[in-house]
Amino acid sequence: MTDISPSQMPAGPAIKGKLSRDDILMRGGMIVIAVYLIVTLVMPLYVMFSKSLSTYAFQLSQYEFQVSDEDGTFDGTILNGADLNRQVGAFQPDDLSGGSDSRLSVTPLFPDFSFRSTVRYQLRNTTADGRFLVGSTLKTGVDWVELDSNTFRRVQLRPVQARGIDNFVNYFSTPALSNSIKNSVLIAVFSTIVTVTLAFWFAYALNRSCMRFKGVFRLIAMMPILVPSLLPGIALVYLFGNQGMLKELLFGASIYGPIGIVIGSVFFTFPHAFLIISTALAISDARLYEAATTLRSTPWRTFWTVTIPGARYGLISAAFVVFNLVITDFGLPKVIGGQFNVLAVDIYKQVIGQQNFEMGAVVSVVLVIPAILAFAIDRLVQSKQVASLSARSVPFQPSPNKKTDRLFLAYCTLIGLFIVGMLAVCQFAALVKFWPYDLSLSLKNYQFNRMDGGGWTAYFNSIKMALLVAVIGTGVVFFGAYLVEKSSGFKTGRAIFQMFAMLPMAIPGMVLGLAYIFFFNNPDNPLNAIYGTMAILVVCTVTHFYTVSHLTAVTALKQMDGEFESVSASLKQPTMKLFTRVTVPVCMPSILDISIYLFVNAMTTVSAVVFLYSPTTALASIAVLNMDDAGDIAPAAAMGMMIFYTNAGARIIHMILSRGVLKRTQAWRAR
Amino acid sequence: MTEVTAAGPAYLNIENLWKAFGDFHALKNVSLDIAEGEFVCFLGPSGCGKTTLLRAIAGLDLQTKGRVMQAGRDVSNLPPSERDFGIVFQSYALFPNLTIEKNIAFGLENTGRKKPEIDARVTELLELVGLSEQRKKYPAQLSGGQQQRIALARAIATNPGLLLLDEPLSALDAKVRVFLRHEIKELQRKLGVTTIMVTHDQEEALSMADRIVVINHGRIDQVGTPTEIYRHPSTLFVAGFIGDMNQIEGKVTDADNVAFGGGETHCAKHVFAPGHDVIVAIRPEDIIPYDAGADAPDTDRNTLDVLVTNMEFLGSYWRCQLKHERFGKAELIANVSMNAVRRLDLSEGKRIVVELPKDRVMIFDAAEV
Repeated sequence: MTDISPSQMPAGPAIKGKLSRDDILMRGGMIVIAVYLIVTLVMPLYVMFSKSLSTYAFQLSQYEFQVSDEDGTFDGTILNGADLNRQVGAFQPDDLSGGSDSRLSVTPLFPDFSFRSTVRYQLRNTTADGRFLVGSTLKTGVDWVELDSNTFRRVQLRPVQARGIDNFVNYFSTPALSNSIKNSVLIAVFSTIVTVTLAFWFAYALNRSCMRFKGVFRLIAMMPILVPSLLPGIALVYLFGNQGMLKELLFGASIYGPIGIVIGSVFFTFPHAFLIISTALAISDARLYEAATTLRSTPWRTFWTVTIPGARYGLISAAFVVFNLVITDFGLPKVIGGQFNVLAVDIYKQVIGQQNFEMGAVVSVVLVIPAILAFAIDRLVQSKQVASLSARSVPFQPSPNKKTDRLFLAYCTLIGLFIVGMLAVCQFAALVKFWPYDLSLSLKNYQFNRMDGGGWTAYFNSIKMALLVAVIGTGVVFFGAYLVEKSSGFKTGRAIFQMFAMLPMAIPGMVLGLAYIFFFNNPDNPLNAIYGTMAILVVCTVTHFYTVSHLTAVTALKQMDGEFESVSASLKQPTMKLFTRVTVPVCMPSILDISIYLFVNAMTTVSAVVFLYSPTTALASIAVLNMDDAGDIAPAAAMGMMIFYTNAGARIIHMILSRGVLKRTQAWRAR
Repeated sequence: MTEVTAAGPAYLNIENLWKAFGDFHALKNVSLDIAEGEFVCFLGPSGCGKTTLLRAIAGLDLQTKGRVMQAGRDVSNLPPSERDFGIVFQSYALFPNLTIEKNIAFGLENTGRKKPEIDARVTELLELVGLSEQRKKYPAQLSGGQQQRIALARAIATNPGLLLLDEPLSALDAKVRVFLRHEIKELQRKLGVTTIMVTHDQEEALSMADRIVVINHGRIDQVGTPTEIYRHPSTLFVAGFIGDMNQIEGKVTDADNVAFGGGETHCAKHVFAPGHDVIVAIRPEDIIPYDAGADAPDTDRNTLDVLVTNMEFLGSYWRCQLKHERFGKAELIANVSMNAVRRLDLSEGKRIVVELPKDRVMIFDAAEV
């Protein structure tokens, strides 16, 4: 009975497993997709962040000058640019800071300068990395360059790049810019309160009452998802704008500004809030209500002690999702914001309007902070929600109550009218000749080729892009999720991958788009070739909507038996065979869900792609924006409704396809 | 440690296996030989390391230290796909979207076999597990027991040298479980495949295994045939884990006597020195009851006058609680057959004489507790 075995594990390294061909394949695949995420997400964001910290300034002390007499003879006196400026006072400190493309003429340093004189000039850089332009020729190095006065006139200094928080200091000391933070947070908070309240009662009516037409209302509630966020803006312009038919209802207030943004935001965030809260209400436990009834609790008290606490995670999650959607949205405030500045539009104005890329990057960084915060809190809350579910819960069955059922029906009808009404206004406006003066019907607003914005090509481009995003995106996302869920070992690698996959959700579209400009439009980047092509739009959109798709795939994969891979390996079958023959067919419903999600979002997205389209790759959603910008509001509405019908059609096709595929591949589900 | 060498030539050698999860050691220096064609059960409470050991043998979770040899080949660091085994999991892990026959054929494809050959093999296997008429059905259409047999057929389809069963019966009803125990054992005997089954059910291990490996806290406590394990448990843990055991504290008096509760009892041979603190143990079914007025007890036999304090009817036998001054507050449990109860007219409150056969009185080191 003596134990001869050592009680301590022998020292030395642990056994390292030999990798099978499948292991190598799966790790290789994971690395490929991780590299994809690094190139399309991490690196652009990094470049953008560093851009926000780069400042450009003219360093006059880095230039030296010599001036000749009238005969062109130099006396050897060397003048430093900074000293000259001190004597002459030609430039103020503000004049000396600039952007990456700024130029500075040197002649103001010489008050006696005349381009007709015979005086000759010499100048040089004092450091090897100094730069100035003569005409369009860049001069570097410390050699003297001699020029006649006419050429000297064409000398332009180039700024020197430095790193620092000057841009941020500049941003926060410019009230016109930093006010947007307050504005953005304000409308996001307002919209969140209104949307969550409205969506809660809507979801409550659908889950906890016995009112009629629940199916119809569920369908209506999801409709806003099918249109770009700027479409409600257009509807509001028609209803409450300067020539709106209901303008008087605003009692003199203007729809262009916070009111319009909040109403439009409620419209386009409603389905998101409704879905989350509805899920939370659907999982409630009937036993708690029975207990409350036996304890003779009043309905009011039961509502506050059982219903609300049960749905609290859903409510919190919905609130942060809505907040995030509103604060990062660009299309709606662009259309109806008027003079009311918000962060997302500021990025656009800085970049497209003023070509101030550094400031655009600064605003992006500012916008990312609340977005990441909202995202992080939402993730935290959602992980708690899962834990609160118990397998023994009994689903709650509402019992009919004539009075409340009727009340809920009236309420839901009101909300339904709001949603359908907004869309109907757009459709009507698109079909009339000239709102509001000539309301006869015509199809002239559908002659998109006669307007700016890309015409019908833009529409077909959108469909092409959405299809590509749906096919490629679903493939990449599902395969990536499979690799990360089902491969063994390689823990750190998988953890990093998961992190990358979660990141896109926290990055606003505007920020992603701008980051793409910085990264892909750099001529030194070998991937520069895809800039301005359909490819970059597809890549950007796939990355933009990666997270939700990834989570859907992961959820589906987690429901698969964890031992399938072990069984397959023991039977010496390649994992890829298991993947194609078992994993993909079993997960087909989720795969189709991912593809329709990507398709619909690719059709409606504006924010990321607005920086990336080229004249040949204009998109329908961008066309809506541009036509609206150009004052062609009716065609914009028409195009917006085209997107709606396309998405609705895609949903119907998706549904038919799902049924067919389910019948064929999921026969095993039926007993 | 007791002898762990297998009876025949070893097919699987496990040498000094360690498995560490951070600071926790799930396997501590485990060594074991398994002979070809043997049916071995890894038995132990949950969390003892038995599944960890099985997964190390399969290569699904590699051991931290140590060597695994299969058929003379060092497979210690090989991935599962390069080892030679079939496996059945508790969940069966049948592919839900493939029919029964396709499930079984899964491992036969890509192995150079032609289609008719695969079909023939599938037919043969379905006959073997007695589910020929179910071949076109999907797993969800079968009962748990049937799914279990399909999983087994799939695992043995490619004639692996080693069959691993990870708690294959624990998800089934009691009746089906008993039936399948027999089925699996029969199948294993017919095929002669070396088999390792992990279980926490002692009855399952006793009824199926050629040898049982009792694992506790990451160590092998005992290896032996079911009767050896049951009759001669080498540790108190084994004694308590497999079957029921009365346990009373005592002190060794000499090589075959032990004292407890102020009296002395003969006991089985042991190795402890006189004066050593021990636990005296006897199985409830080993206690033999006599009528109070029976022949005067033989002095060489351990007999006791006891009071029956409580009787519990358990179908085929009665469980009786017996009280004796020597035990103090402790009570002895005895399983008494229906016949004996009737013969002795046993009832609560009656005094009887019981014998503790001395070769059944086991003693264990008290320090082990």
